[in-house]
Amino acid sequence: MEATELSALVFLAQDPPGKETLAPINYPAILPMLIILGAACVGVLLEAFLPRHQRWSAQVFLTLLALVGAGLAMAVYMTDAPVGGELTLSSSIAVDRPALFLWGTLLALGLGSVLMIADRSVEPGGAFVAQAAIRPGTVQDREQRLGAQPHRRDAAKYQMQTEVFPLTLFALGGMMVFCAANDLLTMFVALEVLSLPLYLMCGLARRRRLLSQESAVKYFLLGAFSSAFFLYGLALLYGYSGSVRLADIADAAAGSDRSDTLLFGGMALLIVGLLFKGSVGPFHTWTPDVYQGSPTPITAFMAACTKVAAFGAILRVLTVGLESTQWEWRGVLWGVAIVSMVIGAVLGLTQTDIKRMIAYSSIAHAGFLLIGAIVLSPEGVSSTLFYLLTYGFTTLAAFGVISLVRDADGEATHLSQWAGLAKRAPLVAAVFAFLLFAMAGIPLTSGFIGKFVVFSAALSDGMAPLVVVALVASAVTAFFYLRVIVLMYFSEPAPDGPSVVVPGAFTTAAITLGVVVTLLLGLVPAFALDWANAGTFALR
Amino acid sequence: MTSSSGAALLVALLLIPLVGAIAVVFLRKNDTLAKQAALAFSLVEFGVAVASWIAYDPAGARLQQHFSLDWIPAFGVHLSFGVDGIALVMVAVIALLVPLVIGAGWTEKLPAERTAGGFLSLILLQQAITIAVFAATDVFVFYVLFEIMLIPMYFLIGSYGGARRQYAAVKFFLYSFLGGLIMLASAIGAYSMASDELGEGTFDWATLVRVVSDAPLSNQIWIFLGFFLAFAVKAPLVPLHTWLPDAAAEAPIGVAVLLVGILDKVGTFGFLRYLLPMTPDASTTLAPLVLVMGVAGVLYGALLATGQRDMKRFIAYVSIAHFGFIALGIFAFTTQSEVGAVSYMLNHSISTGMLILVIGMVIARGGSTLIADYGGLAKITPALAGVFLVAGLASLSLPGTNSFISEFLVLVGAYGPEPVYTILATVGMILAALYVLWLYQRVFHGPVRGSALVNVTGGPGTAVAPEVGARRAILDLSGREKLVLAPLLVLVVGIGFYPAPVLDVITPSVEATLDAVGVSDGGN
Repeated sequence: MEATELSALVFLAQDPPGKETLAPINYPAILPMLIILGAACVGVLLEAFLPRHQRWSAQVFLTLLALVGAGLAMAVYMTDAPVGGELTLSSSIAVDRPALFLWGTLLALGLGSVLMIADRSVEPGGAFVAQAAIRPGTVQDREQRLGAQPHRRDAAKYQMQTEVFPLTLFALGGMMVFCAANDLLTMFVALEVLSLPLYLMCGLARRRRLLSQESAVKYFLLGAFSSAFFLYGLALLYGYSGSVRLADIADAAAGSDRSDTLLFGGMALLIVGLLFKGSVGPFHTWTPDVYQGSPTPITAFMAACTKVAAFGAILRVLTVGLESTQWEWRGVLWGVAIVSMVIGAVLGLTQTDIKRMIAYSSIAHAGFLLIGAIVLSPEGVSSTLFYLLTYGFTTLAAFGVISLVRDADGEATHLSQWAGLAKRAPLVAAVFAFLLFAMAGIPLTSGFIGKFVVFSAALSDGMAPLVVVALVASAVTAFFYLRVIVLMYFSEPAPDGPSVVVPGAFTTAAITLGVVVTLLLGLVPAFALDWANAGTFALR
Repeated sequence: MTSSSGAALLVALLLIPLVGAIAVVFLRKNDTLAKQAALAFSLVEFGVAVASWIAYDPAGARLQQHFSLDWIPAFGVHLSFGVDGIALVMVAVIALLVPLVIGAGWTEKLPAERTAGGFLSLILLQQAITIAVFAATDVFVFYVLFEIMLIPMYFLIGSYGGARRQYAAVKFFLYSFLGGLIMLASAIGAYSMASDELGEGTFDWATLVRVVSDAPLSNQIWIFLGFFLAFAVKAPLVPLHTWLPDAAAEAPIGVAVLLVGILDKVGTFGFLRYLLPMTPDASTTLAPLVLVMGVAGVLYGALLATGQRDMKRFIAYVSIAHFGFIALGIFAFTTQSEVGAVSYMLNHSISTGMLILVIGMVIARGGSTLIADYGGLAKITPALAGVFLVAGLASLSLPGTNSFISEFLVLVGAYGPEPVYTILATVGMILAALYVLWLYQRVFHGPVRGSALVNVTGGPGTAVAPEVGARRAILDLSGREKLVLAPLLVLVVGIGFYPAPVLDVITPSVEATLDAVGVSDGGN
């Protein structure tokens, strides 16, 4: 007691540390982030001040404007961005080539997701509940989801909870910070900024309210748990290295005789938190329930963007922060990747709900991504980035198509309801078959090029056994994708089967975006590969 | 872009069926027009293939009519195509079979709600991709085509096939897809060897052959196993064959012709084009493995063919036996056996293609694929019986038919280095006579009987006088059917008596392949 008080007094008696002069903030570099977060704040104000009937159009306009504006700001910055990347905001944000690639991916995927979120034609009035406070099963609840397929011109009459737009922007802004964060504290704050809106958005489905709310609670509880893991890991690493900066942790781990317990404990907890966000098995348990229960546009947003952000952060942490200890954690992550692929592939086989099936497929894909992430060469980083790009767009479009197949109860997600879809809606079935082929990694789709770059990076890094497991897992996942194609094309349609809604402009645009990118990256991947290859993480 | 003389022919060969496939999709509202357009495209394609054959100079460079375009510079991937003698005969035979398949299926009834346009479009697409597979000279492009080749076939079996088509289509796809993925791992392995050695990655076939064939045996074995698995599934060699009987039994007749006659040859073609030159040391080291699988296929296929009750499954097992012979010829590493194997690839396409088409004509008459549903058909349809017999005899390699010369060369060539395997394989020839002639006897001779025929002609169990059957429902070969079978008949006999034009085209490429393996027996 005495001693600690004394040391505190000694500390206080010292001269105050010299005032540090901070480097000026590099606004052009972080402008895209600022635009998204700023627009999110403006969106909240719009929600407060605009009358209800004007909110939807104002929010959609603002959100799309912010996304396009951020994209333009990034394009302008990239014309003369230093190749090695640069740090700003007291070195807490690293704007380097991978970060810019991830931002571009996030903004484009965010655009597609927002288009789906804004759609009011597929589900009359939008996929979101009129007011989140309506309790399931009440009269108001029944009223807010009138009719199976009422006329489209009535769509605007059904209200929706328009807070979802600023929430989306907050989540997106959080993701952008998350994958550019150069210290763990910034990363943690970003993790919360991206997660909290997502928890809310999961619970906003217009139909099947209980399922949706259940998924929100589940996601929140498990997400809070994983945040705690992350934070605890951060604390241990800080205790080990005396700094939260990734580069300092790497330096400390490279040459020190401090207790390894802190280092390994911190590393493990930190990575668990990150793997949870990336829905990598065995930290995947939330994924199927949340994917199934959330409104489909939100599922698309989560599946595409959260995955990108999480793996962006995993890449940065592994490459910048933990590079010097790679021999310690690499074996463990080998195992994790295998577990994730096996869980995704095997449990995916048993699914009867299409959203759950895609969820398990995303777990298998997370395993493939993790293979790329633990190849610490520049090829590993660029291949993982490319894979994220391909996977995001394919998944986005796939959920867009899933939202179109509906019956009186909303989306017809049970696989048996998809039987004979090709006869009812040849175009939708063809698009979905193409997307499934892309997920399976059939050549001439982006999925194949993605798998190819990841596997070739892994092979050249001596991970042949892992690649063989991945190839077998790919074949197993192909089986359940094929099963859907068999159902759509080779089975007779059920007499009371679902119908396929002709989507409005927004969802059509989102699906088209996803399909075109999937095809383009399969046919002419060179430009995106060059972009992903453009540079590595800024290490200081 | 780089190209050599005659490249225009190859470009045309690749593009005509592709354009045809697209055109036919747009004509699918009108069945007749779609059929006519598809036939026209396939005939033009055949004409170009003939021109390509004539333009090919057997004494010239290994790869001719070569052209190359940049595709993915980051990995040194080029869209490069060219033909050698082996590829040329395969391209020619697919160009020959597709118009015949279209002609044979002219009056075939498709499942409800399926259009002839959709079917023929997939056939033409399959043709385009398969020709491209044989012509690809970039390993990456080869892999890409090897995998997407599955997609039209998957839909052809799944959409137009028999009762268990879903199962057969998925099984077919997964077997080949898994094999292909493992080949991809080997292809990437070869690629990283090349980039280690040359400083920049490439998938160019000739370069990879040069780099990988210099690698130590242990590395070669891994590369070998990946490629081999993919090709052995495709070929198919026992025990990786189980998808073929299902796929062939469920596929419509025309599709079965393409599947057994052409697609499976990609496997044996892959042995020759990729496996032997790229991994010569591993190929000679592991040859016993392949020989065991090949001879097992010869015997197993023959035994199971004898026991089949379904004519389409019968064909599948016959083919498995023949693929065993081809594998034996390839992995005996003598010029004779190798030339025999390659000409067997061609002759198997012709004779088995013909046998499947004839069986399809029998099935079209009787409405059943079961052998037990037929009997005494020769009395009603003598011409059909005659053609069936010729196709069957060609299949069992009777001297004077096209397959004889191939089987003979394989056995003569393989006997020197591998006497035990060769003697065992010869037993397969005897079984071949058994299963073919027994099938012929059951279907065409004896009293007219069988539920399928009797249903048309009278009550069950009653023998029907030939003139009744002929008058009522069962007709002999129509003019269209004769037109379809005539070219094949001519080739069976023609190549049987004068195989030189085929052997001349094949031999230089085979010798080049053997040179690459480093096993030289000094020519013939």
